[in-house]
Amino acid sequence: MRTIIFRTVAPNLTSLMVLFSIFVLLRGHNEPGGGFIGGLIAASAFAIYGIACGVSPVRRALWFHPMAIAGFGLLLAALSGVLSLFQGVPFLTGLWAEPHLFGVPVAVSTPMVFDIGVYLVVVGSITSIALALEERDYD
Amino acid sequence: MEAALSVLVSVFFAVAFYLMLSKHTIRILLGVAILGNAVNLLIFTAGRILREVPPIIPIDHDTPPFEVANPLPQALILTAIVISFSFFAFLLVLAYRAYQDIGTDNTDEMRIAEPANEGLPPMGY
Amino acid sequence: MAGMAGKAVDISGAMVTGPVDPADWLVIAPVVIPVVFGALLLMFRKETREHAAVAIIGLLLLVAADAALLAHVLARGHVVMTMGRWLPPFGISFTADALGATLALTAGVVALVAGFYSIRDIGNTGRRYGFYPFFLLMMAGVSGSFLTGDIFNLYVWFEVLLISSFGLLILGSEHEQIDGATKYAFLNLVATTLFLIATGYLYGIFGTLNMADIARKASAVGPTAPIMTLAMLYFFAFAMKAAAFPVNFWLPASYHTPRVVVSALFAGLLTKVGIYALLRTQVMLFPAQRDIIAELIAWVAAATMILGALGALAQSDIRRMMGFIVVSGIGVMLAGLALASQLGLSATIFYAVHSMLVMTALYILAGLMSERAGSHVLHDMGGLYRAYPFMTAIALVLFLAVAGLPPFSGLWPKVFVVKAALDVGAWWLAFSVLLSGILTTIALARVFALAFWRDGATAAVEDLKPLRLGYVVLVALVVPVVWIGVDPEPLLSLSGKAAADLLDPARYIGAVFPEGGGS
Repeated sequence: MRTIIFRTVAPNLTSLMVLFSIFVLLRGHNEPGGGFIGGLIAASAFAIYGIACGVSPVRRALWFHPMAIAGFGLLLAALSGVLSLFQGVPFLTGLWAEPHLFGVPVAVSTPMVFDIGVYLVVVGSITSIALALEERDYD
Repeated sequence: MEAALSVLVSVFFAVAFYLMLSKHTIRILLGVAILGNAVNLLIFTAGRILREVPPIIPIDHDTPPFEVANPLPQALILTAIVISFSFFAFLLVLAYRAYQDIGTDNTDEMRIAEPANEGLPPMGY
Repeated sequence: MAGMAGKAVDISGAMVTGPVDPADWLVIAPVVIPVVFGALLLMFRKETREHAAVAIIGLLLLVAADAALLAHVLARGHVVMTMGRWLPPFGISFTADALGATLALTAGVVALVAGFYSIRDIGNTGRRYGFYPFFLLMMAGVSGSFLTGDIFNLYVWFEVLLISSFGLLILGSEHEQIDGATKYAFLNLVATTLFLIATGYLYGIFGTLNMADIARKASAVGPTAPIMTLAMLYFFAFAMKAAAFPVNFWLPASYHTPRVVVSALFAGLLTKVGIYALLRTQVMLFPAQRDIIAELIAWVAAATMILGALGALAQSDIRRMMGFIVVSGIGVMLAGLALASQLGLSATIFYAVHSMLVMTALYILAGLMSERAGSHVLHDMGGLYRAYPFMTAIALVLFLAVAGLPPFSGLWPKVFVVKAALDVGAWWLAFSVLLSGILTTIALARVFALAFWRDGATAAVEDLKPLRLGYVVLVALVVPVVWIGVDPEPLLSLSGKAAADLLDPARYIGAVFPEGGGS
């Protein structure tokens, strides 16, 4: 699998796929997409990188351990629901804010934070499984 | 449409249960995988097949402008697929480890936790 | 992502518009707290030295939230919160009644005590494998199962606790654990899949997943064929989770393999979640159907308790014996479910609380016994009374309690089950409760005679961990056991209230659909 073509293309492919996964994540509120499918795309990007260049470069590139990323995502998702405590509405109620960044209105909401949490959980857990399996193959 | 799908579901169930009755973990695993798909199809059929139109509300509407497919079974199936997929991955690794460590995939011979011919507990003081 | 900006939409028909009482947050707190702490532990998985402290802080908060929730439920009736402001039955309604809140509080207390014991039992390797994150996520699953008011959500919490329990079960990856885990995992997966099948049919028939809505619609339909299928499927699936005969063999095959604290947690909590789900579905959702299969449940109950006790009698490994004693206790709880009178159900709930405390304590005791005797096989044990008189005293209390002898907590629920059975003339059910009690007494008396009274060499003390923490944990579990035995009145009135709410779901439905109409 570690041909020169694949090794050259894989890093670029990975960065493109991660970019695309973030696009899918962010469009997911009103259109097809979302945290789960975006997370799967990102996880497969890391899996491709791992197949092409080995597991340890992926671990170095991720910096955090995949399970720690998943833990952070879980925390983010849980806390996004708790935020509604301060507004006097039930758990997990969507709260919206529209700050203007450089004159452009940007809709920020707790469903988006929750979705980012889901994204990170999926990225973390699927990547850690994929890397563990790839490690077994090559070592 | 529902009738055809329910026949398919029953075939899936039959195959899954037949495979799960086997002594070998690998066949049980295949049975579990098919059982998961059978259940997903069952939920899909139970939610009635209405239309092939995806339940997406256009940006300038508050309700779907025409009849759409029932989204709830799809959400349930998505959850069930994720769960059964992760279970299947776990079971696959577990069965593989069991095969490596115990040296058999025959459940009759997996007697490490419950040794065969263990003998009776002490009969006297 | 434009939101609702600039558009006047009338949401009063679809969403909760009134303000939410901050006290209602107590119903979701027992789920959020363990999830948050589990996530934190997962993030800092390398800092294994702080894991136990962080987990115990989380469990303390969990117990505080559970206790406050129970107090709130007792003071104000059912507590309902519907996620995301969507009106039920569209939103997921967490609904706490006396039953769910009582069991959640007991589970929290047992988990806290086990959390303290884990400091002694789980070494650095176990922590690196992620004992504490799995533990807290399992607690989120247990609390979620007790408090949710949505049947598909119940399935999700079942899976959460099941996946975490897999992680806990294979913590050391020993051959014995892998063997036990294989059987545990396959059979539990089949059970939850049956649960999912039943839920799929249920959605097809009623078009709703909210338990209050199902209870309302099922009572209007009566015992027709498809709903009978549903009740049977749920009974089979949850009986498998609760380890009722003849689908109980996964429990004694796996519960003795993991670490002591893991076995103790499983024996204390997991089967009781199955019993809770049985109570919820059979009594609250499908009472008319349960009446038809009551006799079947009664036979299953009798077989479970007697065969469990006989299994305990046939074991020479004390940890495996405890597995059969768990099964025997499940039979007593099922007997209360089969009778489904006010008295029978309150006995089941009472017994569930008793069983959570006693079975956790018994597994921890069995762990300490085998550590100190140097073996967990009755043939080789002995001399424990001479070396450890305090452990002997605790063992005597726990053995009497689990066998249902006075003056400990196991006596009362058995008395009530027997009385409820005699009230309807089911003398054979009453007889099997008594017979299983006698058989359990014989099995445990033999353990006491052989392991404690008989002379024999115990293991050398020098290279063993000190017993202090183990004793503290056991005393923390024994004190409520004795207290409930001497003064059963508070728990009795609590379980009576929980049983009354189960038998008359009007209050549950009224709490979820306050306007009375609904969809």
